[in-house]
Amino acid sequence: MGEKILMKGNEAVAEAAIRAGCRHYFAYPITPQSELIEHMAKRMPQVGGTFLQAESEVAAINMVMGTGACGKRVMTSSSSPGISLKQEGISYIAALKIPAVIVNVQRGGPGLGNIAPQQADYFQAVRGGGHGDYFTPTLSPESVQEFADMAPLAFELAENYRTPVMILSDGMLGQMMEPVEFPDAYPAPRDCSDWCLGPQKGRDVNHILNSLYIEPYDLKARTEELFRVYEQIRAKEVRFELYNMGADPRILTVATGTAARIVKSAIDALKEEGIEVGLVRPITVWPFPSQAVAQAAMGKDVVITIELNMGQMLEDVRLAVCGTSPVEFYGVAGGVVFTPEEVAQAIRSRIP
Amino acid sequence: MKVLATRPKGLTSVRQHYCPGCLHGVAHRLIGESLEELGIIERTIGVAPVGCAVFAYNFFSCDMIQVPHGRAPAVATGMIRARPDCIVFTYQGDGDLAAIGTAETIHAANRNENISIFFINNAVYGMTGGQMAPTTLPGMKATTSPYGRDVKDTGYPMRMCEILSELEMPNYIERVSLLSPKEILKAKKAVKKALQYNVEGKGLSFVEMISTCPTNWGMEPLAAREWARENMLPVFPPGLFKDRSAQGEKKKEAAS
Repeated sequence: MGEKILMKGNEAVAEAAIRAGCRHYFAYPITPQSELIEHMAKRMPQVGGTFLQAESEVAAINMVMGTGACGKRVMTSSSSPGISLKQEGISYIAALKIPAVIVNVQRGGPGLGNIAPQQADYFQAVRGGGHGDYFTPTLSPESVQEFADMAPLAFELAENYRTPVMILSDGMLGQMMEPVEFPDAYPAPRDCSDWCLGPQKGRDVNHILNSLYIEPYDLKARTEELFRVYEQIRAKEVRFELYNMGADPRILTVATGTAARIVKSAIDALKEEGIEVGLVRPITVWPFPSQAVAQAAMGKDVVITIELNMGQMLEDVRLAVCGTSPVEFYGVAGGVVFTPEEVAQAIRSRIP
Repeated sequence: MKVLATRPKGLTSVRQHYCPGCLHGVAHRLIGESLEELGIIERTIGVAPVGCAVFAYNFFSCDMIQVPHGRAPAVATGMIRARPDCIVFTYQGDGDLAAIGTAETIHAANRNENISIFFINNAVYGMTGGQMAPTTLPGMKATTSPYGRDVKDTGYPMRMCEILSELEMPNYIERVSLLSPKEILKAKKAVKKALQYNVEGKGLSFVEMISTCPTNWGMEPLAAREWARENMLPVFPPGLFKDRSAQGEKKKEAAS
């Protein structure tokens, strides 16, 4: 590991992507991810890469599709309204099995909302987002370091499973400065010569990337092929963190990203009062760590889902807990960020 | 036995699905022949649109991708930036290129991306059953303009060559027609020149081909061509709109 550098999350993830070998980046300006596109604009020419400010979010994701189809590491980033515009492209990228990385620095919504941090794009990220039967593996960081570390991880997952991968961050992590260390080595790009588009010398067949299957049985087979990959991802790539579970708490919380970070502070404060509270922090929100949540929830007095929205991950928690413990929710909308004290009080008030 | 004509190597042997009298097959052949003659099949990537030519990925013998409606120039941009050693072309209809994909078309042209855009203009949405396109003529009937296109309501046909010619950077813009063998031979020259300019890295080539849609126009193929000659060519006059490379050569000659 190198020296620690004080960076904003937006800059750190951009820098990590470049160090991980990403040489193509296409995006459209939107707050609160501006530092990301600006870092790329500055750094890509220095490393001989391509930075292109697209005419729209729609064009940017389609440029990503083109570069990804040629087998090159490629990334785009945006914030909530922009990510909505990219969803058509993400559906195609999933259908065409093209590796690509999309960063969502979430802001307040719906509509134009505001530029404050929110977690209200959870459903959009983990339920598919665009049209059709597909999923997007989605990573949820809680610190600038983790945000940066997710860039190489996202490329690795995208290439191993030939899928778009989303990093679901928020305006807090994007704007916040923290010390970051970058690893000395990154995973090498996976060989994609068996499917990618480009020079055809040395192969007999031309490669075709297509998502049109006029015959329903053909599309059925293709979709089932995608879902076999999703099953592998579910089996191998679930990531989560357990916090204060060693204290045998009677109360469990489930929170991700920025919310989880605040919940941890609340848990530490409650510990001093003699109230033990555990946390499961999903790091992959798709695939969701259902088994970990189910196991942690076993025999608890209450499971409290805590989110910066009106209750979205709550549904995944309920599905995981499946009625074995009572599931409660604490959340806040509009880009309002709760304090550790507010979270602690919300937990206290939900203890049966 | 002497072979007078055969399928160009740039096309596959897959049987094309186009309607009788449709000129997509002709346009495909012009591109297929040019790819073969320029010796670039093995490093060409084609981008198929949404529309009648959606199955084009089966018909060209190079690498192919099928992309979202109207987004071909953006996808092609991503490709040429990733693989500047390749030749990248898009093949798009009027709805794809001049309606839902207007922004992608104009901006790819404005950046002078080193790609070829082949634009088939037959004044209707073909695949979906003959709806009004941005290129539908004033008064022309379509399934979504059953009383004829009312320009007060939906504006005049979009002349893409003229619009793009206002931009500073695009290298080569030409409109040709596919209505007769003579015009097809001329169109072939434009198609080949478009790709040749990409081989030389000169930037964007845009070739609009005036075509017909006998099925959705409700006409016999030959009658459709006559109708197009009388009605489309005055609105979409064939001609060379921009050839910056050729102008550059002339300037060089004049200077020397």
